[in-house]
Amino acid sequence: MTAGILLQIAQTLLAILLAPLLLGWVNQCRAWLQGRGAPPITQPYRSIRKLFHKDAVIAHNASPLFRFAPYMIFACMALAAGIVPMIVNDLPFSPAADAIALVGVFALARVFLALAAMDIGTSFGTLGARREMLVAFLAEPALLMVFFTASLISQSTELPHIVETLAHSEFAIYPSLAFAAVAFWMISVAENARIPVDNPTTHLELTMIHEAMILEYSARHLALIEWAVALKLFTYSALGIALFLPWGIAAAGDWGALPLAVLALFAKMAGGGFLLAFMEAISAKLRLFRVPEYLGTAFLLAVLGMLIHFLLEV
Amino acid sequence: MEIYWLLGIPLLGGIVLAFWGNSRSAPEVNALFSFLTLLAAAWLTARIVADGPMLTGGEGWFFIDSFNVFLVALTAFVAFTTSLFSRPYMRIEEEHGRLNAKRLRLYHSSYQIFIGAMLLALTTNNMGILWVSMEAATLATVLLVSLYRTPAALEAAWKYFILCGVGIALALFGTILLYFAAEKILGSGGTALLWTHLNGVKAELEPTVLQLAFVFLLVGYGTKVGLAPLHSWLPDAHAEGPTPVSAVLSGLLLNVALYAVMRSKVLVDGALGNEVDNSMAGNLMMGFGLFSVVLAAFLIKRQTDVKRMFAYSSIEHMGLITFAFGMGGPVANFAGLLHMTMHSLTKSAIFFAVGHATQSAGTQMMDGIRGLIKTNPTIGWGLMLGTVAILGVPPFGVFASEFLIITTAMHEHPWATPFLLIALGVAFASIFGKVQPMVFGETPLAKLPYQPALTPVFIHLGLVLMLGLFIPPYLAMWYRQAAALLGG
Amino acid sequence: MSLTYHLQVVNLLAALLLLISFAMLSQRRIVGLVTLFAWQGAALSLSTAIVAWSTDQHHLYYSAALTLALKVIAMPWFFYRLVKKLDVDRDVEPMINIPTTMLIGIALVIFSFNLALPISELSGTVMRSTLGIAMACVLLAFLMMITRRNAIPQVIGFLAMENGLFFAATSATYGMPLVVELGVALDVLIGVFVLGIFFFQIRETFDSLDLKHMEKLKER
Repeated sequence: MTAGILLQIAQTLLAILLAPLLLGWVNQCRAWLQGRGAPPITQPYRSIRKLFHKDAVIAHNASPLFRFAPYMIFACMALAAGIVPMIVNDLPFSPAADAIALVGVFALARVFLALAAMDIGTSFGTLGARREMLVAFLAEPALLMVFFTASLISQSTELPHIVETLAHSEFAIYPSLAFAAVAFWMISVAENARIPVDNPTTHLELTMIHEAMILEYSARHLALIEWAVALKLFTYSALGIALFLPWGIAAAGDWGALPLAVLALFAKMAGGGFLLAFMEAISAKLRLFRVPEYLGTAFLLAVLGMLIHFLLEV
Repeated sequence: MEIYWLLGIPLLGGIVLAFWGNSRSAPEVNALFSFLTLLAAAWLTARIVADGPMLTGGEGWFFIDSFNVFLVALTAFVAFTTSLFSRPYMRIEEEHGRLNAKRLRLYHSSYQIFIGAMLLALTTNNMGILWVSMEAATLATVLLVSLYRTPAALEAAWKYFILCGVGIALALFGTILLYFAAEKILGSGGTALLWTHLNGVKAELEPTVLQLAFVFLLVGYGTKVGLAPLHSWLPDAHAEGPTPVSAVLSGLLLNVALYAVMRSKVLVDGALGNEVDNSMAGNLMMGFGLFSVVLAAFLIKRQTDVKRMFAYSSIEHMGLITFAFGMGGPVANFAGLLHMTMHSLTKSAIFFAVGHATQSAGTQMMDGIRGLIKTNPTIGWGLMLGTVAILGVPPFGVFASEFLIITTAMHEHPWATPFLLIALGVAFASIFGKVQPMVFGETPLAKLPYQPALTPVFIHLGLVLMLGLFIPPYLAMWYRQAAALLGG
Repeated sequence: MSLTYHLQVVNLLAALLLLISFAMLSQRRIVGLVTLFAWQGAALSLSTAIVAWSTDQHHLYYSAALTLALKVIAMPWFFYRLVKKLDVDRDVEPMINIPTTMLIGIALVIFSFNLALPISELSGTVMRSTLGIAMACVLLAFLMMITRRNAIPQVIGFLAMENGLFFAATSATYGMPLVVELGVALDVLIGVFVLGIFFFQIRETFDSLDLKHMEKLKER
């Protein structure tokens, strides 16, 4: 039990610490693919550290919520990172929330972010919050559908169960999971404010979503939010791996498999990050009014996955 | 042997005319090939009358019984008379500059292929080949409908292609389901789709699958029959294509499509034989047929284009025939077959007359055609007599068949009779009211300088009149045999 | 899941076919549509070949080869040329907006799954469960034909429908008898050829392939 708790803490800390590295890796890959000089892979750490050393400037009409939100967001993401199996399956903390509750944790973070964005009352903040809510309102049902498809196969919404069914039983091809995986990819891209839904590097008022919401933040608050963003990307990647590519995650209590599990996680994250950068490099940002169509497609894929499960795999 | 001649001649004709269809003598060559086809058909008919049903070719690829040999003879006959009619008609169209030599070549070649495809559909024993040849017949006529290349003609051809394409795709699905049911009993391979084999084991076929298959087959082939509500291609294609094409579409293609439906109906009836409610196929056909009759009758009233009007009349009559076959039983089937013959002969005769009438008036609008009796009495009388015949006025054969259908309906399905009577009445009033001024009205036009070749019209009408007064005993027996094959 | 691996691959391909059908519904560009059509043909051909191999049904190899030759190579090539020659490749908005079309599509899929259920229970083939997908493909192609106004997408929809029917034949009964299949293929080929001629006629007369020019003939 103690070992389990230790492992749990280690895994969560690992996620928190490695998250900016993944972001740095994605940025680096993208720079390579676009043929420009790449920033060092540790760049996100540097900017976070730099931000922590600055003095915070806060609008005089900001409410306590505005100060409180970054901590809340970071906490939510850290909690999510603790739930998703990354290296070891079935950790003591996992039963705390199943796949559906996980969606709720992400939603909680989003609500705080949106509220904080509207708190100051600038037009950009409100605009960003509104757009974010549009994306979320379309992405969430699709995300739930993806989870349902995955849980139909393993007959459980508990993430450890899902991982267990796929990783440690006889190999089989599930067409429904393929659909769900594509849908999950599309949703992750939208939720993490990446191209083609949002562009994390732009500050163009016509297109930005996420950046518009955090314009008012500075210093440690901004650092926490940036870190939380990195952590969100990391958690989503881990979630995708757990649902669709769980091979390599160590079974509970299997100490010997641990080094391999860590290696596998690194390899999969590196691959996923590269793929994300590649997709970003080859696609153009969608106009905002096409976003519902994009997310509608994701929803459709998830529903199709479920239907196909009923037809082909029962 | 006869069967190969029957199918080979039109095919050869199609090839020959594809190369020489633009020569001066092409219309005569076309007529010659049609005549040879008619001879082959007559030969085949004689064989069937003498020896009874025939199963021939390999594992029985062709099957001819009294039902389809009657349609083969009818098809070959109308195809021949139409080729006679088209000879002068298309020449005049060429002189008017509506067609050129290249398009005439396309027309002649496609005409032969179309006839060949229909004959193949009628004689094949394989439900799959039946589908293939129906599709081939559609494809051969798409370019015929768009022959004039006017916007309206292209639109009509497009609609024809797409609607019939979709319909025929549904029929293919029905055929797949049929094969699916057959495979269980007959084993896989080419013989499982042979109609004679299927007919032999029809009582063992899975009823649920056959029911579903029949729905798809009826909707699919029904699109080509022109059953409402899938009829919308038919008036357009008839109105915008050249008149000989309208004549064969109306007189022949619709029959062939209905033939396909009937072959399927026999199977599904057999499969449902043990069920409590075994008339599902018949009820469906009655429903579609009645709806077509009523809808078409009321739409006739609103037509201004003479070819469109007669196209709607075709929908009405095909609906009536479908209704008759739907009722089933020896009398109704007999009446349906008789009406099929009468309608083919009469409607193609009408289209011949209408073709010349529109050609001389230079328009298809009924307001523009007046006083045909003065410009040319032959056309005038031809159109008038044809109209009277199709409306079912007593001495003509259409009366006899319609009378039989309605009395059977009164006896077996009394609820349907008022609909039929009202529809026929409406159709009568509107068609007669519109044709009468066309024939007898005042006209500024002078007499036609040339004498139109309308012999086919009078041959057809003569036959219809004769069959109305007296059906030769051997013909009646033949019809009775065919009606018995269709079952109840 | 007790199916063997190659049948799982067939199932995957079936799912892919369905996905491509949806992709076609949402595709706005004609060239993209042609590419998707080619992919659909490829998936169909591959799955037919796998079924042929796993069940030892030799005539299915011919069917697969026929599909490959006609629907993956010949027809897409023909359509690419046609699009290039007629210069018609631009975004076309369908008559119903795409998300609505997608929702209707989902409803159709559920409907066809239900319709296919009793039939596939009767079937003895190893891949009977894909019959529902085949029917869904047919209906989706049908939907595409309804929602498009441009002539080429309508024809591609028609051919996609034929693909679905072929898939249905393979999944329910290991394909139709060879002679029928050859006949169908021949018909499709001639049909496409006739249409090629026809497109030029339409284009010549209307100077466009948009079918909104072709709504003069209404039921009166």
